[in-house]
Amino acid sequence: MSSAIEIQQVSKRFRLYKEKYTSLKERVIHGGKIPYEEFWALRDIELEIQPGETIGILGRNGSGKSTLLKCIAVILTPTAGHRLVRGQLAAMLELGAGFQPEMSGRDNIYLNASLLGLSRKEIERSFDEIVAFAELEDFIDNQVRFYSSGMYVRLGFAVAVNVDPDVLLVDEVLAVGDERFQQKCMQRINQFQAEGRTIVVVSHAADAMRQICNRVAVIDAGRLVTVAPPGEAIRTFRDRLIETGAADTPLPTLEDTGELVDSRQPAPPMTGSRRVEIMSCFVDRPDPDSRAHLFSGERLALTLEVSCRERMRNVAFGCSLFTDRGDLLFDSDSAILGEEHELPVGQSVVQFEFPSIPFLDGGIVINVRVQDAGGGAVHARLEPAATIKVVNPGRATGIVGVPMEVKVSSGASRLPA
Amino acid sequence: MSRVRDAATETSHLALEPGAIEWTRRDRGELPARVVAARVTVRKRLKEIWAARELLVFLVRKELKVRYKSSVLGFLWSFLNPALVLIIYYVVFKYFLHNTTPDFALFLFSGLLAWNLFNNSLLSASSVLVAHAGIVKKVAFPREVLALSQVGVSICYFFFQTCILAVFLAGFQVVPVAQYVPLMVLALVADVVLSAALAVFLSAVNVYLRDVQHFVEVLLIALFFSPPIVYPFASLHLHHLRLLYLANPLVWIVLTFQRCLYGHVVPPGQSLGGVASPLASWGQGVYLTGLGVILAGSLLLFLAAMLIFGRVEGNFAEEL
Repeated sequence: MSSAIEIQQVSKRFRLYKEKYTSLKERVIHGGKIPYEEFWALRDIELEIQPGETIGILGRNGSGKSTLLKCIAVILTPTAGHRLVRGQLAAMLELGAGFQPEMSGRDNIYLNASLLGLSRKEIERSFDEIVAFAELEDFIDNQVRFYSSGMYVRLGFAVAVNVDPDVLLVDEVLAVGDERFQQKCMQRINQFQAEGRTIVVVSHAADAMRQICNRVAVIDAGRLVTVAPPGEAIRTFRDRLIETGAADTPLPTLEDTGELVDSRQPAPPMTGSRRVEIMSCFVDRPDPDSRAHLFSGERLALTLEVSCRERMRNVAFGCSLFTDRGDLLFDSDSAILGEEHELPVGQSVVQFEFPSIPFLDGGIVINVRVQDAGGGAVHARLEPAATIKVVNPGRATGIVGVPMEVKVSSGASRLPA
Repeated sequence: MSRVRDAATETSHLALEPGAIEWTRRDRGELPARVVAARVTVRKRLKEIWAARELLVFLVRKELKVRYKSSVLGFLWSFLNPALVLIIYYVVFKYFLHNTTPDFALFLFSGLLAWNLFNNSLLSASSVLVAHAGIVKKVAFPREVLALSQVGVSICYFFFQTCILAVFLAGFQVVPVAQYVPLMVLALVADVVLSAALAVFLSAVNVYLRDVQHFVEVLLIALFFSPPIVYPFASLHLHHLRLLYLANPLVWIVLTFQRCLYGHVVPPGQSLGGVASPLASWGQGVYLTGLGVILAGSLLLFLAAMLIFGRVEGNFAEEL
């Protein structure tokens, strides 16, 4: 069996006009020549997609991912190269594109489904299903202009998924409607996968991709960077983001300095009693040359340099970890661990060690502090002391990785009824 | 995670032997492949349009529904409009301008019938792609259908107008000339094909050069006077410009309509009440030859328009 979609050497050039002269007068004035810059939105893309596969196209804004999807969907003609699609194709680039506000929901279903390539008979057959899926039984004969935006996109989605496509192209439209409808959409996508249909999803939401895709293609600046299983591809994608300084978290990362305190930033607020001072904080990088992130499950070690003006007894060293959205993930200190430390006058080195960080994808913000072991009076704190990026090589999603096993055995349950 | 990946690779291994996998729905190996290259042949385009004929019908229905939506009389306007126009012509030409041609309103309206089809098609088709930018940019379908749907709408209005004309013919007690009815049908077909060819061409050009739609508006006003709609053909003194005048396909189409619908009022070559017939004094053979040439030319024009449309279509989504 041959592949569902073949993309061979596809390139697309856009002309970016400095000023757009579309009227005849302007064209004549400029001698028929319009100043423009050439811009290659896609360059020599090679991609083969197998039947039944769900493939994600990942890239940041302007990387060319939507252009590629439009080329597959035959909306744009590539400047060079060609592509092949086997079977009926349905593209969800915008839900409800072409809805006529003046017409009823019923008429719009017919028009829209027919735009997507359905025959009248096929529409009649799946009409009830479309209406039921969109949950618009009571409003189907109302004019669409009276629909709420939620009803509008629901109808759009319902029409698109009922086209019965062999190949479904989806562009960032899975997050429509309320949560319950989103779940319904995901179920439909899963059903499509189970039925062996081919799905191409375009998004910049890496985590959603991990959930549904078998493979992910990463596109950057119009070129195909990699096609790999989701974990690997998302890692590549995030590395690219960091490399080009477009990381989705504005906080300094390991890559920048290797230091916890980014020297280019204003000094982080250091508060406390000032008897102790935290001089610096470093993250031990497992592999400083090749990557800027930690993998889930790797060791995280922090080294703190503190300086003391007077000898201090009964101190504790605390550390808290936050997500980059500010949710507390973990907080503890050495006193809780049952340890008691003292600090001599002068400099000392303190080490925190986490043998295995359980976090999945995302940025982690680390705050450290030196405090009194008994009461909790804070002598010194550094916030943030460091930010790190954690990348999950697997396909599970969420914040924390939890070891999981699934066992199946035959026979009746032995649980008490 | 690895399990899913394994499943994917397994699939591609198995795929080497045809029929090795049973898909839940159907065997995808037999699906028709659609190769999309930078250039598509006109033949393929025609096939795609044929496949989208139901869409064409839906689009025409949409236009008809939306046009008079929210008005009190609604769809009735489709008939009311031509009826009122005909009444105005009748009153103006008979009582204000004292036109002596017998039943001049009938003469005028039979020419207008053919002209309106051409005029309405071009007028609305030239801006149709810009007006439907939303779907052109987001949905894949043969875009010529949009231009053709405007021709379809014009054909519908043609039939509404024909109904009104039929009522008036009955009122004036005038019968169409039976042996010219087939020729009128031929003229209608030529009118449709010519309009479609120009509609497809103009809709595509207008995406790149938005002046076209405004230019077309003015040009159509000028063109209105090229066929003998408001003046009688028989009274023209063309001399050596005759050939040039007759090179205009609209002249032939309009003349055929008039010959058929008005032919019994004052037959060509005769006069009524001292007024000579406004019709050309040709035989059926001349009409047939003329219309045949026009139809063939229009078909070629249509193919050329499709070719041009196909060349520029790939950039529509970025130009709109």
